[in-house]
Amino acid sequence: MAFKTPLKIIMAAALTLGASTAMAFEPSGKVECIAPSDPGGGWDFTCRSIGNVLEDLDLVPRSVQTINMAGAGGGVAYAHTVSKRAGDEQLLVAASTATTTRLAQGQFQGLDADMVNWIGALGADYGVIAVSKDSEYENLNDLMDALKDDPRAVKFAGGSAKGGWDHLKVLIAAKAADVGKLPKIPYLSYNNGGEALTQVVGGHVDAFTGDITEAQGFMESGDLRILAVLSEERLPGEFSDIPTAREQGIDALGPNWRGFYMPADISDDAREYWVDAMNTVYASDEWKELMKKNGLMPFHKSDDEFNEFVKQQIQDIQELSQEIGLIK
Amino acid sequence: METLGYLIDGFGVALAPHNLMFALIGAFLGTLIGALPGLGPANGVAILIPLAFTLGLPPETALIMLTSVYAGAMYGGRISSILLNIPGDEPAMMTCLDGYPMAQKGKAAEALAISAIASFMGSLIATIGLILLAPLLAKFALTFGPAEYFALFVLAFATLGGITGKNPVKTILAAAIGLMIATVGIDNTGTQRYTFGVLELYEGVDFIIAIVGLFAISELMFFIEDRAGGGKGPMKVNKLTLSWKEIGSIFPTTLRGGVLGFISGVLPGAGASLGSFISYTLEKKILGSKGHFGEGDPRGVAAPEAGNNGASSGALVPMLTLGVPGSGTTAVLLALLISMNITPGPMMFTQNADIVWGVIAALLVGNFLLLLLNIPLVGIFVKLLSVPPKYLLPIVTMVAFVGIYSISNSAFDLYFMVAFGVAGYILRKLEIPLVPIILGLLLGPEMEKNLGHALTISDGDWSVLWSSGLSITLWALAIIGLVLPVVVGPILRRRMKAAQENVG
Repeated sequence: MAFKTPLKIIMAAALTLGASTAMAFEPSGKVECIAPSDPGGGWDFTCRSIGNVLEDLDLVPRSVQTINMAGAGGGVAYAHTVSKRAGDEQLLVAASTATTTRLAQGQFQGLDADMVNWIGALGADYGVIAVSKDSEYENLNDLMDALKDDPRAVKFAGGSAKGGWDHLKVLIAAKAADVGKLPKIPYLSYNNGGEALTQVVGGHVDAFTGDITEAQGFMESGDLRILAVLSEERLPGEFSDIPTAREQGIDALGPNWRGFYMPADISDDAREYWVDAMNTVYASDEWKELMKKNGLMPFHKSDDEFNEFVKQQIQDIQELSQEIGLIK
Repeated sequence: METLGYLIDGFGVALAPHNLMFALIGAFLGTLIGALPGLGPANGVAILIPLAFTLGLPPETALIMLTSVYAGAMYGGRISSILLNIPGDEPAMMTCLDGYPMAQKGKAAEALAISAIASFMGSLIATIGLILLAPLLAKFALTFGPAEYFALFVLAFATLGGITGKNPVKTILAAAIGLMIATVGIDNTGTQRYTFGVLELYEGVDFIIAIVGLFAISELMFFIEDRAGGGKGPMKVNKLTLSWKEIGSIFPTTLRGGVLGFISGVLPGAGASLGSFISYTLEKKILGSKGHFGEGDPRGVAAPEAGNNGASSGALVPMLTLGVPGSGTTAVLLALLISMNITPGPMMFTQNADIVWGVIAALLVGNFLLLLLNIPLVGIFVKLLSVPPKYLLPIVTMVAFVGIYSISNSAFDLYFMVAFGVAGYILRKLEIPLVPIILGLLLGPEMEKNLGHALTISDGDWSVLWSSGLSITLWALAIIGLVLPVVVGPILRRRMKAAQENVG
């Protein structure tokens, strides 16, 4: 590790130099990162790993302190950031598609996406639709055709709640394939992807909806056939054999991104600093290594582009949720 | 032989220095808690759960510590039975029968040593049973669909009577309270139930808070009520003179007791009381007039101790493989597992193999630690028993508060815990058992979810619930589990009482 440091500093310096000369903001003292979950989850990972990389790249003066603030699927942390931390320029909050889903469905009562600053996304876990190896469905079109004949023909199992991200992925794909009668498609929610998978592999439920990292184990053992991955292009490495939904003629995307928001009312300088810092992190070898180790795929949006992406995703989810009658 | 490989990996986890240290701490605290009269293992584990959170332990370490507490409490239960004739909990009642007479004859040290050896043997036999049986049961994992899970949870509720039931109506009442609390929060379909717009309630009531409140905080209140003053007077224990020959003479007894205990532990709902009772009575039958049971026969101490420790390890089998607790304490451990994001049940052996096998290995290691702790150090425990509660209470209270606060850094949880504590105190005064409440809380949401799923899959046809061989078997077991304790329970309890009165 020790010899890597000079290179790292040069790289970090080169990347930040242009911006930092003009920059009025520099974090000083304690930087906090709120993980809106208990230790061990995805948000906790986001805070801790990005915090470490920020520290290694000398983008923060001292360490980044991760604070776990579980509750209401991120709602407690969101409310805390909006009501108690406005103007705090040294606070990052971990977010993901779960955050936008709940915002879209109005589950953070009285709060919306405009009340915070969306900084950037640094990777994603892509959605997959899979069946057990003995299933009659060989590709995504087979499965969608069955749904077109009878929306109750295929039962899906996933790790999120009804109306949650795993459920929405099925609906996104079904909508793109013009299935119709979306509310009729049965979705069974389990505590986590692993439980849903065993039900599918055990032959109790027809199809699995979840993220690629969840499906990896059973894919490798040959018990699971992944019909499609909901990404723009084929994924790298061992996943390169899995066809995308797009190449099967179904234009469905389902990235579960990992990123950050910050409180409202921060200065433009501070916002710019953190956007640049996240860009630097994304380009770093440390982060690439961490992404690889944890099954995260390339996915990068920052600043205004990210803001637009978040708003668009919320709008899409809102429409879908209305269509299935989850919200009014 | 796959099992052996896993077990060796498990030893790798259990023997890591920090895990070993926490196993030792757990075993020590567990013995101490078990030794306090009236404080059983369920409460002991509940009181120490916050400690695991306070220290920020990773899941396997926390579980290793708490299983050591569990095993330790089962060991410790005998100390007050033998020295004071006050059983720490129901299963320890049988140990009083010959243990106290032995102590009165000035052979307290021998009684304590024999019971420690018997406890060790019982646990050892049962842990080996667990190692052999659990993976076999876990193989069924994939055959469990929603309908089978639903039947399994019905089985768990049906056998509740065996765990706690003196009064079946109160058991049902308690389970209903648990189920009601479990409905709070955002349910499976995304609907909010009883959240009153309070963000903290969206994810429902955290059962760790409920458990620590109901068991630990209410226990503190009982302590304050009963024993606010000084401690007990110092107790004397004679010098130990135990020959290998004497140890040899109880060996067959411990073997029988351990096996019987294990079997009664594995049967959901039968539990440790049955284990210690059956072992004692069988031993009496086998030896007949050759023994002098009730007057301080060492085998009368060894049999129930081997039985109840065997049962306590046996009770881990249904908990680890099916997610159905076989006793009050395993219900508390189950809650701990769930709160650490580990879904108990058949899948655990594949998804969290390192943790499960680490815990099983820790049970074996813990047993050796306990034997080492309990023979030479028994004097220390006896001395610690006379520490006045006014010093112990504030420490326990502090640990409980810090632990709960460290879970989510929210003062809201602390209010909730205290509220549960007060509720627990009132419920215990009303003699409403607490374990069914916890089971209702734990299993309610799962049961509801699986019922929903089964009906979705069958498009609303209820017969799906009993359409497979496995689910029919589970329903049958549930019916047996419901009826049997109602018939056998009172008989068992009466006999245990009668046996004790005969002696006393």
